[in-house]
Amino acid sequence: MANPIAPRANALELKSLLGTELLKIQQIQMLISTAFSFRQRADGGKPIPPTLSGKSAILLFFEASTRTRSSFEMAVQRLGGNAIVLTQQGSSAEKGETLLDTARTIQAMNPDILVLRHPSAGSPYLLDRELKLPIINAGDGFHEHPTQALLDLMTIFEMRKKIEGTRVLIVGDIAHSRVARSNIYALKTMGAEVSVCGPPTLLPPKIEKMGVQVFQDLEKAVLNQDVIMMLRIQFERLNSGQSPSRGEYARFYGMNRKLLKLCKPNVLIMHPGPINRGVELATEVADGAQSVILNQVSNGVLLRMAALHLLLGGEPFSWSEEIK
Amino acid sequence: MSISQCLLIKNGRVIDPSQNLDAITDILVRDGKIVAIGKAIPVRPDEPLESLDVSGLVVTPGWIDIHTHLREPGGTHKETIETGTRSAAAGGFTSIACMANTQPVNDSSYITTYIRQKVSSDSPVNVFPIGAVTKGLKGEELAEIGSMREAGIVAISDDGKTVMNAYLFRKALDYSRRFDLVVISHAEDLNLKGRGVMNEGFNSARFGLRGIPKAAEEVIVARDIYLAELTGARLHIAHASTAGSVALIREAKRRGIQVTAEVTPHHLTLTDEAVGPYDTNTKVAPPLREKEDIEALQEAVADGTIDALASDHAPHAREEKEVEYDHAEFGMVGLETAFPLYYSKVLKNHWDLSQLVSAMTWKPAQIIGVKKGTLQVGADADISIFDPKHEWTIDRQAFLSKSQNSPFHGWSMTGKPAFTIVAGKVIYRSAHLKGKS
Repeated sequence: MANPIAPRANALELKSLLGTELLKIQQIQMLISTAFSFRQRADGGKPIPPTLSGKSAILLFFEASTRTRSSFEMAVQRLGGNAIVLTQQGSSAEKGETLLDTARTIQAMNPDILVLRHPSAGSPYLLDRELKLPIINAGDGFHEHPTQALLDLMTIFEMRKKIEGTRVLIVGDIAHSRVARSNIYALKTMGAEVSVCGPPTLLPPKIEKMGVQVFQDLEKAVLNQDVIMMLRIQFERLNSGQSPSRGEYARFYGMNRKLLKLCKPNVLIMHPGPINRGVELATEVADGAQSVILNQVSNGVLLRMAALHLLLGGEPFSWSEEIK
Repeated sequence: MSISQCLLIKNGRVIDPSQNLDAITDILVRDGKIVAIGKAIPVRPDEPLESLDVSGLVVTPGWIDIHTHLREPGGTHKETIETGTRSAAAGGFTSIACMANTQPVNDSSYITTYIRQKVSSDSPVNVFPIGAVTKGLKGEELAEIGSMREAGIVAISDDGKTVMNAYLFRKALDYSRRFDLVVISHAEDLNLKGRGVMNEGFNSARFGLRGIPKAAEEVIVARDIYLAELTGARLHIAHASTAGSVALIREAKRRGIQVTAEVTPHHLTLTDEAVGPYDTNTKVAPPLREKEDIEALQEAVADGTIDALASDHAPHAREEKEVEYDHAEFGMVGLETAFPLYYSKVLKNHWDLSQLVSAMTWKPAQIIGVKKGTLQVGADADISIFDPKHEWTIDRQAFLSKSQNSPFHGWSMTGKPAFTIVAGKVIYRSAHLKGKS
């Protein structure tokens, strides 16, 4: 599972960004502070370093994605690079080509970085082992989605000025969530206290060994939390033995105004999107004062810019505040 | 290759659990049979005699692997009868039984006969075909079990798939009694297994892979034990992988039910941690389990709850493994690494040598009902000789198997097959012995 050390030097000392499990505090700090400094430059009218000028990034997406894909595209463009999007429909995967052959073909065209979204856990590890190209994991099955977790940490820091000691609750389909795993690893590394809550059918086995507190009752779980991350429930999980119905899921695991009253008054409500309004998140909460969902989206572009910039050898930018 | 009529194997440590023998002694073979064991065996001066000095080596009855996949017919890009049996010889095996999940499936006497004909021309080792329980392994109708028995099968199994219909499996057990066949159960409940690819536990949560609970195996082991009790048939549990299965088998034996069981080298040596870097060579059915399971399996071999060691040699081509973990085929090759793994990684702390030899010779022979696995006078001269001291490193590029899907590449081993002798002929001699004797 190692994130291998880069053959060419970069400040992160990573060839690829595959997951948060093995990221060190310094690497997380560097990614987030560089992202914040990009925003400061943009807000202050200063130029963004054209790290990707004359370079191309291939976005290889084997799963439907709107926000992650467009967020990466925008990040590449803002750094002066060229983003080429390949989706399953337009690729030779439909003709039966293996993932590795597709990736080797792409590598032979000499792009500078590959961003991969794939439904099978571990697929970016396969490519990282076999290719020289740096890879950013944009979500592999139920495994990891590191840029999502890092943008979530960035958002928590933005709102609270501190990650360490923050009490974070992740709610929903933990078993099938790469967002949950990447957040648990990154938050634990930064010293947050993490809890998860979901129906027993959607909690992975022995999740407590990840050092998280486990709840099945949301009314108890929300008490005294600083941040509550609501996960998207996939409709195919409903009515399938994992949860009896949408209505029953919303009743026991949805965040609504009534439940919000049990929470700390300054609690942050997060969601990686896309939201199922009225299922895991009531509309009035999604659009309410506690919601930082659109901050997450804005930060996503900045954080992905930072990841691309640093992996391709750009210098880390410091930030006035220490990320901790 | 020796074609001598007589072979005198001298000065080896001979271990034969079938006759409680463990001594430095000699064995004389004539015309493919064991004719004498002892020191200073008189030989007729008029006979051509080849003499093999095996000082420092260990001589045992020929090893028997009752669970291999030779892939022929239909899967010859993975393995053929020729490459698979050469791999067996290099692994020290003199006899192997091959599973029915070829294409077409070995569910009729025609396919059994085809396999036996290919074996007679292509194989240096004895090959005992296993027939299917159900036609096409579909789990719907019984295969032509009696006709296959006449053609030479030694057992029936839908290995690779569980016969999910308990009624049909009961009928297979009933029917097997008429032909004195053991029924080998691949125990994985297909619904509980679902699309799982590794053991369900903390590591499946960590790696984000779909898990297969231990209960998927145990519910079928329990079901099949009850059906063996009901029918009085002989049941054999393939590749037991969990502490729970061990407990069920132990209890069934205590109650006098006719059940035997086997365990693989990988379930004795690897846990689901090994899945970690998404090495698809670790993807096997049943999946690699956890430390407490390994310990229970090792103990079960020591106390006889598990009767036999079996490789579940399952070759797959590189392109079938160099894919996403979810999409990789289940299985790993095992013939050339089985014995070294038992000897280097398990034996010392858990078994005595006669237990190991017994589980590779006499006991598997009894499970499939073949007259093998012994060095008693009059027996077939199938003999495995290993070098207990040789230190070497597993190199999958050096395998004689057509496939290289092994997670043990690079492992350091002590102990290696030295000579493999079938019907009195040396069919394999390890390269490391060059310059010796």
